[in-house]
Amino acid sequence: MIRDITIGQYYPAESPIHRLDPRVKIVCTLLFLISLFIQNSLLGYVIATLFLGCVIHFSKVPVKYIAKGLKPIVILLLFTVVMNLLLTRGGETLVHFGIITITENGLRTSVFMAIRLIYLVAGSSIMTFTTTPNGLTDGLEKLLHPLNRLNVPVHEVAMIMSIALRFIPILLEETDKIMKAQMARGADFESGNIIQRAKAMIPILVPLFISAFRRANDLAMAMEARCYHGGEGRTKMKPLRYKGRDKMAYIFTLIYIVVIFMVGRFVPFKLWVF
Amino acid sequence: MSIALEHVNYVYSPGTAYERHALKDVSLEIEQGQFVGIIGHTGSGKSTLIQHLNGLMKATSGNIYYEGQSIYEEGYDMKKLRTQVGLVFQYPEYQLFEVDVLTDVCFGPKNQGLSQEECEKNAREALELVGFPEKYYRQSPFELSGGQKRRVAIAGILAMHPKVLVLDEPTAGLDPKGRDEILDQIDHLHKETGMTVILVSHSMEDIANYVDRIVVMNRGEKMLDGTPREVFAHYKELEKVGLAAPQVTYVMHDLKERGFDVAADATTIEEAADDIMRSFHD
Ligand SMILES: Nc1ncnc2c1ncn2[C@@H]1O[C@H](COP(=O)(O)OP(=O)(O)OP(=O)(O)O)[C@@H](O)[C@H]1O
Ligand SMILES: [Mg+2]
Repeated sequence: MIRDITIGQYYPAESPIHRLDPRVKIVCTLLFLISLFIQNSLLGYVIATLFLGCVIHFSKVPVKYIAKGLKPIVILLLFTVVMNLLLTRGGETLVHFGIITITENGLRTSVFMAIRLIYLVAGSSIMTFTTTPNGLTDGLEKLLHPLNRLNVPVHEVAMIMSIALRFIPILLEETDKIMKAQMARGADFESGNIIQRAKAMIPILVPLFISAFRRANDLAMAMEARCYHGGEGRTKMKPLRYKGRDKMAYIFTLIYIVVIFMVGRFVPFKLWVF
Repeated sequence: MSIALEHVNYVYSPGTAYERHALKDVSLEIEQGQFVGIIGHTGSGKSTLIQHLNGLMKATSGNIYYEGQSIYEEGYDMKKLRTQVGLVFQYPEYQLFEVDVLTDVCFGPKNQGLSQEECEKNAREALELVGFPEKYYRQSPFELSGGQKRRVAIAGILAMHPKVLVLDEPTAGLDPKGRDEILDQIDHLHKETGMTVILVSHSMEDIANYVDRIVVMNRGEKMLDGTPREVFAHYKELEKVGLAAPQVTYVMHDLKERGFDVAADATTIEEAADDIMRSFHD
């Protein structure tokens, strides 16, 4: 049921992508996300698809698993597509029916927006699937380290992020448990109108919040009991160091970015075949 | 026959790195009115097994029958099944949510569509059955002790008048006194109402005194199934899978080995004491 949500979770496997330095994965993911928005041609999307496909293939994370991660954004996706389809004007009119007008531009924008959104989520899930929350925190902390000079509490921010990530599966599990317990008492979450359904959430939300606070409290105590006192003077057992494969990954991503930038620049927009 | 499982298999997250075959070809029949203990090491699949009994989990393969009818049949009334097979979860106190105890216990009957008065009547009866003191009925469930919360949660299920009561480690985390009180109350309930009771536990000691039958689970498989006496006779095998027969079994076996004329198959302390006394008098 609700445990099917896989966003932000780690997927253990032995793969070249898993072994990469977390910093590489964070930076390359960011570059990939940017690449989705600096171009808008069919060729560009083909290249992005190839890149993402390669990474997914090497990461050994099953495609089914990544597809599951897309489930929570389905509604957002539909909304974006419909909005773009109906509201974008320009180009030839394809369908005209009452107040509904679908234009060529509208169709193009909505298809591209959908692809962008899907790749956005798939790209960032590949990062979280292949990096442990600890790795992610370490990487982020190291990357943002220069901001320390500007009095940004980098360590704390990274810690908060990793705890939040770690809590996603825990809270999902908890929700699943509570849901089942209330279903065993005859609760019904599937039928009724919106108001009835919202009301049916109360028996889940109240225990969930209580348990979240209890867990947060326990965690704070456990951290203090182990003398956690923030980032100052804290050393790492396994400091991050770039290796050969990390440099390779950077180069590979850079080539990809350059290619896609060139495509966006010099291949005319009209290369759109339909 | 009340509940029957036929070759039930369950696999968690199939096809991923987290795949886990939690139930392997489990077949089981439970008669109406029986008091059954399900026992097994941590992770042996007890909780998974019992969540199949009221249809909260659907078997990957195999079939389950309630009162002769397959619960996986098209159009089977799951909601009714859930009210007839009452399931009390492990640490059920985390499911409480209402403003006061009585209202919380009313949640189940209300979902069954009973009127306000009926709900309250059932709730009061249920709370009385689990021995919950009346002066706390209007207290917030969050201000109770662990044992009291546990009682409220059990009452929440009882108020729906289930025919089968399934309890997942109802005594986990309670002190010995709280544990005995809850178990005594469940036993009393079983005798009083004649309902089928299925009790999950880690500890042989806890349930040996109460149940008619013990089912031992090991790594998702049904390992042993029989009366406490039959099951404890295999105490050597039990040890191999991380379980233990009650202390008395060991004491009696030791005594027998040293030449005392006692029966080695006593399952409760009272029984053992009587037997030892008898052997001295002889
Ligand atoms: N949601 C889940 N996803 C994947 N595997 C699970 C899940 N829940 C349980 N398991 C696995 O299934 C097996 C059986 O778990 P189950 O909870 O039924 O054990 P149990 O006998 O109730 O243990 P305990 O005595 O600790 O409560 C365990 O190995 C566990 O790791
Ligand atoms: Mg369990």
